[in-house]
Amino acid sequence: MSARTARVLPGFSLSLGVTLLFVSLILLLPMTSLIGQLSTLSWSQYWAAITDPRLIASYKVTLLAALAASLFNALFGLLMAWVLARYTFPGKRILDALMDLPFALPTAVAGITLATLYSRNGAMGSLLEPLGIEVAYTWLGIALAMAFTSVPFVVRTVQPVLEDLPGQADEAALTLGASNLYAFRRVILPHIWPAVVTGTGLSFARSLGEFGAVIFIAGNMPYRTEVVSLMMATRLEEYDYAGAAAIASLVMLVSLLLLLAINLWQGRFYRRLHGGRH
Amino acid sequence: MSITVSDVSRRFGSTTALHPLSLEIKKGEMVGLLGPSGSGKTTLLRIIAGLEAPDSGSIHFGDRDVTRVHVRKRRVGFVFQHYALFRHMSVFENVAFGLRARPAGERPSNADIRDRVQHLLERVRLDELSKRLPAQLSGGQQQRVALARALAVEPEVLLLDEPFGALDARVRLELRRWLRHLHEEFGFTSVFVTHDQEEALELSDRVVVMSNGRIEQIDTPQALYRAPANRFVFSFLGETNRFGGDHQNGRLQQGEAWIAMARSDIAPNEVLLRPHELMLTTAPDERAHLPVRVDAVSPVGSDVRVELTADWMDTPWLASITHHDFDRLQPQRGDRFYVVPSRWHQFAPEMA
Repeated sequence: MSARTARVLPGFSLSLGVTLLFVSLILLLPMTSLIGQLSTLSWSQYWAAITDPRLIASYKVTLLAALAASLFNALFGLLMAWVLARYTFPGKRILDALMDLPFALPTAVAGITLATLYSRNGAMGSLLEPLGIEVAYTWLGIALAMAFTSVPFVVRTVQPVLEDLPGQADEAALTLGASNLYAFRRVILPHIWPAVVTGTGLSFARSLGEFGAVIFIAGNMPYRTEVVSLMMATRLEEYDYAGAAAIASLVMLVSLLLLLAINLWQGRFYRRLHGGRH
Repeated sequence: MSITVSDVSRRFGSTTALHPLSLEIKKGEMVGLLGPSGSGKTTLLRIIAGLEAPDSGSIHFGDRDVTRVHVRKRRVGFVFQHYALFRHMSVFENVAFGLRARPAGERPSNADIRDRVQHLLERVRLDELSKRLPAQLSGGQQQRVALARALAVEPEVLLLDEPFGALDARVRLELRRWLRHLHEEFGFTSVFVTHDQEEALELSDRVVVMSNGRIEQIDTPQALYRAPANRFVFSFLGETNRFGGDHQNGRLQQGEAWIAMARSDIAPNEVLLRPHELMLTTAPDERAHLPVRVDAVSPVGSDVRVELTADWMDTPWLASITHHDFDRLQPQRGDRFYVVPSRWHQFAPEMA
């Protein structure tokens, strides 16, 4: 920093330098080598690699399951965040800690556990089978595993926003004669909406790339229950690094665009809320 | 709509927020609940509103028992301490909220809503800001939006929690006057909570002084100031100087200082004096011998405020003298004077 633009807050150049170094080492370097792998492919080879019919089937499975999982998480995560932010009850702190378990647990453990529980003779699976619902080795199982590993994204983004919402806002709505539902829809939901969308978006992006938990419960039948990340692993096992990199580049691009869109939209929303002209 | 509070009490865990108390508020009256923080005034207000349930006792609006009536059915206007405006809605939508929230059968038409909100916004002089968001308004403007929002549902009871607490002194004065006008124009019954004695005395028809979950006194501002019921009310209503000592030979004595007074059975060993009841003189007389030293002088306002210290005081005294006396005596920091009290106040010791 030159004296001309001196800042009051100290440590700008050092902290930014260290940050950039780590971003380069941890994010940019692997991504560069991935692009490097791509350079061995021509455009037509690249196109062929990402439009393989079996791969396209896996796109559909992954998108569908991730969509179902993140929508489920939007509802369930909102409910959990609501309970944790609004009420006090015995065991609340334990429940609060449990919320992070999916992040702490190795995803493979989660996958194996879910597969055991929901297989035809598992504890849950044997209950659901008479109802004609099959979970293990179907897209439902994939969605379940995805939902399990990504629900903390919604809870942990919505919870602080809910806690931040002044309790008086809904009291005010009630004194004005609003029903509970009306107060929730017009006062609380607009306030937490950006957080819900962000959390759901993060949950969706995470689900797109989920591997460990999914492969144990998916059954991995070609054209039916294969997910994109499994296809990448398969390519790698076949020593087709360029093919794996091609798929990875697509997944990365989709996730990146998704996160960017959420960030832009959220920024606009908060500017509006905090007094910027719109 | 009159409000009758009968034997209402409330506990939070092991602390008692309100001891059983009763209060009668007449239709169209404006009543201030005055007390320090923790006195239970806000709890009482929230119980009247229905935002809090009493442990015992009942609340009547007119003849209607509303003790078990949900807040949304009580039809009270409530203005929150920090306004609690809906941050994502425009000023217009904030004010329209109560009308739009009505069930389909009772909801006025959109044109009706527009007219009524527009009229209210004109009334609170915010019609030009109706498209703004709350974050784009000043504190005083936000407070007016909060009032308009509460008034939009045409409540017969308006409850305000520390309505002017977060505003600066000038805006506060203006809003106070304006609230008084609104109150007279709309004719609703108002109850407001404040810890500012000046606000309570200026605005209220009657003031309810509270401390530690009890009502200390209910009276008109004049009666309250002239005849405070006890030591707490006296000291809460204005600046207080305290003189404590022992009764000796017809004097209340503390070190070298004394005030001449006959000993009586009820008189405790302390007297309280208001700042304007102190006279500064260059010599003591037979009524009192109170040597003091001037510590600070502030000639701002209608009186000159003089801070006094002495070894026999436990806390510094404050005297307010006229500008005329100030010119005559010319007190400077460090000067020595004698205080002669024109009158003083004594209260029976408090039953703890």
